[in-house]
Amino acid sequence: MKEELKIRVVKGPDGVEFEVEPLRDYYCEAAPTVMPGAYIKIVEDMFNWARSESIWILGFGTGCGAIEMRPLMTPRFDAYRYGVQWRPTPRQANLFVISGYLSTKTLKRAIRAYEQMQSPKYVIGLGSCTINGGMYWDSYNTIKRLDDYLPVDLYIAGCMPRPEALLAGFMDMKKLIRAGRGEGANLYAENFEWYKANQKRVIHDWDMPDYNW
Amino acid sequence: MRELHTRLGKLFPLGELTEQRTNLAFVSVPQEHLRALLLHLRDREGFTHLVLLTAVDWLEEGQFQLTYLLADRKNARDIGLRVMIPRDGATMQSIHELWPTAATYQRELREMFGIDFPGSPRVEEDFILEGWRDIPPYRRDFDTLKFAVENYSQRPGRETHDPATHMKQQLYPGEN
Ligand code: SF4
Repeated sequence: MKEELKIRVVKGPDGVEFEVEPLRDYYCEAAPTVMPGAYIKIVEDMFNWARSESIWILGFGTGCGAIEMRPLMTPRFDAYRYGVQWRPTPRQANLFVISGYLSTKTLKRAIRAYEQMQSPKYVIGLGSCTINGGMYWDSYNTIKRLDDYLPVDLYIAGCMPRPEALLAGFMDMKKLIRAGRGEGANLYAENFEWYKANQKRVIHDWDMPDYNW
Repeated sequence: MRELHTRLGKLFPLGELTEQRTNLAFVSVPQEHLRALLLHLRDREGFTHLVLLTAVDWLEEGQFQLTYLLADRKNARDIGLRVMIPRDGATMQSIHELWPTAATYQRELREMFGIDFPGSPRVEEDFILEGWRDIPPYRRDFDTLKFAVENYSQRPGRETHDPATHMKQQLYPGEN
């Protein structure tokens, strides 16, 4: 286990020594819970309309596909006109674009980032690597099927998909959210054990809390 | 390069010179003379820059080949030193005091090929892989496909086409 996660004794500013157990003290132990919809459908529909119009992407590029996200931030493709924009931290984002292959090492960071995002949150798998391993199908170090580890709402096929394909994907994502089908966060909460078991099967040095919220 | 090789050949037991280009050549050197030769090249011949340190797995011969590539910036030329070491219990002396950057290469070689460099800083720490349990993945007896199939869940329905046959059928359907 990493040094900073081990139990240690810390001296406070008042001179009192106390024990810190980072895994328990710095993180919330409770597993994620399913968020029920609004009490009446018309309200939920309105929520979903609002959600679909504010897509905030976590600017975390995992594989080569990340290069296709950059042009979208420029005047040429200008994703911002569709109400899609990028944020630097997971806490500010609600859409995680897994942009290409995920090595097990990156998967660990991706899980941490995903769990820190606020619900409702969505995941898009970009490129064939996220779908079936793509050209890294026989690699010793990349996962082959993203939906075993994170709840994927939508895949965009291609190697690599052009920025236009991403824009079309964002439009489809909006439709899904609006139809109330962007339920990834709830799916994750419902099947939390299953996702954790899958994640731990490939991440051998699990040195983080089970839930990183 | 020839001239340099003749000059060095008087001091060290060197192998044949393989000239790749006029400004790039490779030469093999016995393990025990490597350090002296590196020092000589660095301090006397102007090869001040360690470009890279890499390995090749000669599985059939039971040997690893280490390649030390040095650059002489002033004369814009590179020389590669090849050292063969036995594959079983592969160890090599560290050169991190000659070039501190070598420590990073040595960490990588230890992780990916399982070649040990005793005394090299942080050499036993994880470098790229985290929690690796199998044999080092760049060794040629490591079967990546088998590993991938056993360790990662696959999505059924994946097909592979031979590009040559596929293009033939696309371009000249009916013929074969
Ligand atoms: S799908 Fe292609 S472009 Fe995308 S990450 Fe994989 S190899 Fe790279």
